[in-house]
Amino acid sequence: MATAAAPADLDTRVHYLNADYGIKSWLLTTDHKRIAILYLVAITFFFLLGGIAAVLIRINLIQPNGALVEPAAYNKLFSMHGIIMIFLFLIPSIPAVLGNFLVPMMIGARDLAFPRLNLLSWYLLMAGGILILYAVIWGGVDTGWTFYTPLSTTYLNTNVMSAALGVFVAGFSSILTGLNFIVTIHKMRAPGMTWFRMPLFLWAIYATSIIQILGTPVLAITLVLVALERLFHVGVFDPAVGGDPILFQHLFWFYSHPAVYIMILPSMGVMSELVTCFARKRIFGYSFVAFSSVAIAVISFLVWGHHMYVSGQSIYASIIFSALSFAVAIPSAIKVFNWTATLYKGSVSYQAPMLYALGFIGLFTMGGLTGLFLATLAVDGHVHDTYFVVGHFHYIMVGGALMGYLGGIHFWWPKITGRLYPDGWARLAAAIIFIGFNLTFFPQYMLGYLGMPRRYAIYPPEFQVLNVMSSAGASVLAVGYLIPLIYLIWSMRYGPVAGPNPWGAKGLEWETASPPITENFEHTPVVTEEAYAYDE
Amino acid sequence: MLQGIPFRPEQASTIARGVDHLYYFLTAIDLFFTAVIFLTIFYFALRYRRRSEQDRATRIEGNIPLEIMWTAIPLGLVIIVFLWGTNLFIQNSRPPAAATEIFVVGKQWMWKIQHPEGLMEINELHVPVNRPIKLTMTSEDVIHDFSIPAFRVKKDVVPGMYTTLWFQATQTGKFHLFCDQYCGTNHALMKGYVMVMEPIEYEQWVSGGVRGESMAQAGAKLYDQLACITCHGTGKAPPLLGIYGKRVNLSDGTTVVADDAYLRESIIYPSAKIVAGFPPIMPTYKGQVTEEQLLQLIAYIKSLSREEGKAPK
Amino acid sequence: MVDAPAAVAAAHQFEDLEQQHEAASLGMWVFLATEVMFFGGLFAGYTIYRNLYQPGFMAGSHMLNVTLGALNTAVLICSSLTMALAVRAAQLGKRRAVVTFLILTMALGLAFILIKLTLEWHHDYLEGLVPGLRFTYGGPTPKAVELFFCFYFTMTGVHALHMVVGLGILSVLVVQAWKGRFGPQRYNAVETAGLYWHFVDVVWIFLFPLLYLLGGRY
Repeated sequence: MATAAAPADLDTRVHYLNADYGIKSWLLTTDHKRIAILYLVAITFFFLLGGIAAVLIRINLIQPNGALVEPAAYNKLFSMHGIIMIFLFLIPSIPAVLGNFLVPMMIGARDLAFPRLNLLSWYLLMAGGILILYAVIWGGVDTGWTFYTPLSTTYLNTNVMSAALGVFVAGFSSILTGLNFIVTIHKMRAPGMTWFRMPLFLWAIYATSIIQILGTPVLAITLVLVALERLFHVGVFDPAVGGDPILFQHLFWFYSHPAVYIMILPSMGVMSELVTCFARKRIFGYSFVAFSSVAIAVISFLVWGHHMYVSGQSIYASIIFSALSFAVAIPSAIKVFNWTATLYKGSVSYQAPMLYALGFIGLFTMGGLTGLFLATLAVDGHVHDTYFVVGHFHYIMVGGALMGYLGGIHFWWPKITGRLYPDGWARLAAAIIFIGFNLTFFPQYMLGYLGMPRRYAIYPPEFQVLNVMSSAGASVLAVGYLIPLIYLIWSMRYGPVAGPNPWGAKGLEWETASPPITENFEHTPVVTEEAYAYDE
Repeated sequence: MLQGIPFRPEQASTIARGVDHLYYFLTAIDLFFTAVIFLTIFYFALRYRRRSEQDRATRIEGNIPLEIMWTAIPLGLVIIVFLWGTNLFIQNSRPPAAATEIFVVGKQWMWKIQHPEGLMEINELHVPVNRPIKLTMTSEDVIHDFSIPAFRVKKDVVPGMYTTLWFQATQTGKFHLFCDQYCGTNHALMKGYVMVMEPIEYEQWVSGGVRGESMAQAGAKLYDQLACITCHGTGKAPPLLGIYGKRVNLSDGTTVVADDAYLRESIIYPSAKIVAGFPPIMPTYKGQVTEEQLLQLIAYIKSLSREEGKAPK
Repeated sequence: MVDAPAAVAAAHQFEDLEQQHEAASLGMWVFLATEVMFFGGLFAGYTIYRNLYQPGFMAGSHMLNVTLGALNTAVLICSSLTMALAVRAAQLGKRRAVVTFLILTMALGLAFILIKLTLEWHHDYLEGLVPGLRFTYGGPTPKAVELFFCFYFTMTGVHALHMVVGLGILSVLVVQAWKGRFGPQRYNAVETAGLYWHFVDVVWIFLFPLLYLLGGRY
């Protein structure tokens, strides 16, 4: 059970953090746990950069005429915010940090299938990140994260090439991570760990990896074509020379819609882990939750056209995409009901990870349901490209994915660092984040229905009140995000030492020391019980 | 303060009410399920809170009937919403045959609007109330979007092709017009107003404006300038009398309807579709005519359907 | 003569060699799936434009050298044969045979690239058919022809890049084979590289008719 180990233990015992010292031992590591830490540091840095852009955006929107920057600079800010947050933070986040750390541990393996490929993935993210940072800082890029043509290919002279190249390189990081996880989960499960005994986090990571390997290459080749068009003025997407700008949209969204499921599925996996541990109970409907992850991954490839209802595509295509978009909502609903049912007759406690989980479920439900508005043809005809869309995806990506990430970080922090953080502060931060989040993004639904377009540096004065509310909420949210940064870093030195299993959780990762030894387990575990066997 | 914040724009078109009702239904579903989940979680979290370290949960693996129920009910709801929304969408996509056509050309960063009678506007669209209006739109440069929130309509305006949208205004007044597809530096400034007037005022306005020629007249002049008649009036090329809206037989055996898009393509990229029985000798006029001039030429060709053989005055 | 390689241990993350081999093979198959999607985007774009601009694309296709294309196809198919023989030799531990067949495969691959670069692309450049660099085609439907050549160079260029990477992989394998690294216990690297090589071959087998044989020339 949860006993604190003696403080001396952490310094005398050899584990993955102190097994080797020096910068080379980190930059040339093949240990999946150290690579996870490398990712953690990197994406936290990118999150802060993307967050600064968000703060500047919200400050600017306090006044209808732009309180802070000129439209040209504003356009660069929202492009930078989107590109950094999506490609350098959200897409890697849970898979590259928590997935890298936990996948081998949860299946009872010593490492991933391809450790050196794993390190290469990190370097690819760094290379892509450096290119993107160069693009946004030295001159900026103002295409929006969506790079629509012919604007991006012919009509802008900002750093489009380097941004596109950066995203291209970072994409391969995502592809190789997905590849690594698929092979690992297929081939390296410990004896007794059948597919249906795996923690649901692994099902979610597996489904995410399928999307990563099949979707990202299409974005890659699309960016190659955009780059060729910019360099050589060939007309693949430019109607002035015979190309079709809508083809770009199809190719782009073919990846970018599944990409949003890359961002949310892992968070859903984290939910299953948190809810079961903090209700001390088996998941309700294991196979339904497992299969719903796979169903989401499959259907996600069939709905991209719902971003293009007003693009000029045929109404029949729009109708089919609408139907399929409703279909993809059903597996998500099934998950929410199963998580809720898991609490029934459980033994529920409210440490910080659980607060993040409960916040996720509420916000994801509300935000996911606003997806239905957008799937509905006649309504989307009104709210397409307005703040309604901005509200919707922030509810999912921030209220959903990011809360799941934070919940996971708080849950596995003792395992990763061997330390506990002050739960009081953690719960306070979770509450501040929840409140600040709703204050920031709920008004945006209203702004959208009133007709305020997105990506507007300047807006009609009648929208000001709601914008000010949103910006006020953003300042609360920013405070909420800074607090964990402080106490988590503090805990690494001063936090009480955590034992192997401070939460009393089920799962192979909790049956080894905190922090784990480099090889994860002293002996390869043999699995004899179902996942979440809390009642045995 | 809440009283001063409206929840929706004015309902100024025939479809606005319908869209709003569907929106309210969706809002109700959203709030209902969010409340259900939130309250259930709240209740369970309190009722089953951990009272001691020894507290144990009850073993429950699942419940198939429950799974079926909470799959079937959402499925039923989304099917209803889908059918409702699709039905509205189809209505909103098909302009009535008698709609007045107005033409829009978007460019960075302004809207150029052309009435068939010849009047041109910049960033303002005057229309009569209670009449169906069909906008045929294209862009000169990047993708824009013509958005009128009060009418609940928008459509991308794409270079290289025509897109259409239609509406029927039900209130007079002045309503926002926004560009709603990010199009570069002054995207947020590419806006204006739709002015809806009583029909009589509109007639006065449209005929009292800048004395100019109608689109068809301008098109007739271009037709002369570009010497189209050299082939199209001598049998070397398909005759254009009454061609608009007719089915055309192509050299590869297929047929196509001669609509605005076909006419535009035939001028810009003539070799894409060759009419059966004619040689592929038409030169392209790409670069020689602007998007507005193309619309004028097309208006002229359309007018050849209305009055056989006679050029419009 | 069969050289017996030193006793082989699996990498530390694997339980045994069999697991390592299976993981490597599965990894390569998954990677090939990503490559299918990568090329797939190009094929999708090409198919759409080919349907939109049939006369122009046919005209462009007719300007390609079918003989050289067919020759290259034969070269690649032979190289897949030699690659398969190299895998077989590695399985049997026949050191000299492995090296020979790998070098043959590389030679054929190099021949493919040289034919493409010096005979086809260079010729296209002289003829003024390279969009962005030198495009002087003045016949009918110039924009469609330019679009065709844009796809031609992108698709064959991306393919050629993959071949160059393949050559790099093979050269590493040749060195390892020379050192006697491969045998019945340890041939997985050759087999995995073989999978990759065959895939690059298959991509060409799709490219050749799509690009060179439009309009049913033969």
